[in-house]
Amino acid sequence: MTKKQKKSLLRIVLSASLFLAGLVVRLLCPELLSGWPQIVLFIAAWALCGYPVIFEATQNLFHGQIFDENFLMTLATAGAIALKDFPEAAGVMIFFQIGELFESIAVHRSRKSISALMDLRPDFATVLENGAEVRKQPEEVQLGDILLVRPGERIPVDGKVLEGTSALDTSKITGESVPRQVAAGDSVLSGCVNGSGVLKLEAQSSYEASTVAKILELIESSSEQKAPAERMISRFARFYTPAVVIGAVLLALLPPLLVSGAWSEWIRRALTFLVISCPCALVISVPLSYFGGMGAASKLGVVVKGGTVLDQLSKAKITVFDKTGTLTTGEFAVQEIHPAAISQDELLTLAASAEVYSTHPVAQAIRNACSGAPIHPETTNEIPGCGIEAIISGRKILAGNAKLMQQNGICVPELPQTGTLVYLAGDGVYLGAITVGDCVRDGMPDTLAQLKAHGIRKNVMLTGDIRETAACVARTLALDDYAAELLPQNKVAKLQQLLAEENDGTVLFAGDGVNDAPVLALADVGIAMGGVGSDAAVEAADVVFLNDDISKLPRLLKLAGKTKRIARQNILFALLVKAVVLCLGALGYAPMWLAVFADVGVAVIAILNAVRTMRVQ
Amino acid sequence: MKKTYKLIDLDCANCALKMEHAINRISGIEAASVSFMQQKMTIDFSDGADVDKIMGEVVHVIHKVEPDCEVIL
Repeated sequence: MTKKQKKSLLRIVLSASLFLAGLVVRLLCPELLSGWPQIVLFIAAWALCGYPVIFEATQNLFHGQIFDENFLMTLATAGAIALKDFPEAAGVMIFFQIGELFESIAVHRSRKSISALMDLRPDFATVLENGAEVRKQPEEVQLGDILLVRPGERIPVDGKVLEGTSALDTSKITGESVPRQVAAGDSVLSGCVNGSGVLKLEAQSSYEASTVAKILELIESSSEQKAPAERMISRFARFYTPAVVIGAVLLALLPPLLVSGAWSEWIRRALTFLVISCPCALVISVPLSYFGGMGAASKLGVVVKGGTVLDQLSKAKITVFDKTGTLTTGEFAVQEIHPAAISQDELLTLAASAEVYSTHPVAQAIRNACSGAPIHPETTNEIPGCGIEAIISGRKILAGNAKLMQQNGICVPELPQTGTLVYLAGDGVYLGAITVGDCVRDGMPDTLAQLKAHGIRKNVMLTGDIRETAACVARTLALDDYAAELLPQNKVAKLQQLLAEENDGTVLFAGDGVNDAPVLALADVGIAMGGVGSDAAVEAADVVFLNDDISKLPRLLKLAGKTKRIARQNILFALLVKAVVLCLGALGYAPMWLAVFADVGVAVIAILNAVRTMRVQ
Repeated sequence: MKKTYKLIDLDCANCALKMEHAINRISGIEAASVSFMQQKMTIDFSDGADVDKIMGEVVHVIHKVEPDCEVIL
């Protein structure tokens, strides 16, 4: 509890004792029913409990704020005193303050736990200067400084490990829950928490340019875009209070003037209106729901830029993916081996041997796939744009594309072009071919199926890659549609078509950000994959996945749906209770304490409900 | 130009909305948003606006709605 809350609790306890004393006096000495002792006790309880409210009400009145919660509460209870309902006045004020206290505690707790999810600011940096440890602000760290990071501390800037080994908790930065093992020579990201060992780092970025500063900036700017429900509530709140107050005035004046009845009875009913005149439950719980949703997303390693994005996500109908780096890993690997006359292993070993000195990604992929040791060739000759000619154990081996084979008069069979084909020939005889391509991400088919289960109508791929490769990926993943050989401007045009086609729902675009900024900005929700690498992409995107794990997308959609559902529940619940209590109040069936419940009690319940958005499986 | 300010002792969500509404009416401000949950406000100033003068007005408006609330300038 904060200091303010503790003070409030103390006030409530003291005034509640006075209130109880008043009730005891009333019970024991009924002859004093209208006597001064109990009146003094009740009024003392009222004033003690309510003085901050009364004080603020007077202050705000001078500022011209008549539709102020404090003022209306003061008016309602003072009205009860004027009607000689002393216990009512004191009881309602105490009940109101208890509710406010609960509300304050609930808001504080949830704010703290949600903020904790998003908190990754390093508090300090320990810099080694001539062997002495100097504690500095992360902003003061210079490029090349030597930093010391102890277990439990946060890495202040991006750097390289010079000494020590440790396991890093990278969950806040990448969403990855398994600790990452690091040793000398490894790069480490700022914002990660050092787990087990002391690390000595060399600073490789200033704080402003570090990963953590970029992510924080992203989170900081994320709250501005309010969801439609939030905007609706803020409009509603502006007219709700005046409307209820006017209702109260009419209720107090009209029936006694037009029909008949005691003034006191109608004024009493009108006072209950004033108690329910604060739209607090709505005003707190709806933004809190979205805030909780954003907190839950950051638990997944996903930064969502505002409530409106969650809203758009919950209506997603078409997902559009970039191929390389999103649907596929973006790394080359051997996909198929088509041997002719020799075994698969022999073919692979031969290819790896011929390419043993090559730095080409295709050659690396072949070497990685080869389980045996390559034979070192006697000579190798790289023919640019074609491949390699090597002498291995006295044989002339050719490894390269169709052009190379053609130039050497070697006939090659027709093979499916699902990636880059490397043909092999030995002493002028065709030996086989190896397909090297971009691998589909593990679990991708499952992710796409889950998206379908979440109401996605169409999974589409847009890629700049060649048609055959795109077709192969589309087939493997059972995509609904794809377009290949697209230049960035073609991607924009293609996305515009999809946007025009989808009227009810929204279109998501997920890409790794390289050259994708225009499409990210154009899509209803642009999702940048792979962290804060590309500034343009991060700026243009609405959602940033801090790692490149697209498999979290279905969970994000689920979360967005849940957030929206909870916000809607809160709106309905609060409006319903207020409407019912207003009706009961007008008819004379709602005592003032019920009105207090409709005000603060509903707020507390709605807050507790809103906090559920934070929980993700 | 966008700037973010911390708010201390912003205790009432409804007040945050009232502040937001009032701040948005100050001339020289393109858009302002007050987040009760994050206890901060973001103000987008018009080009060439006198930030110090506008912030004076902003603080005044905030105090009018909630006297206890403090802005970290």
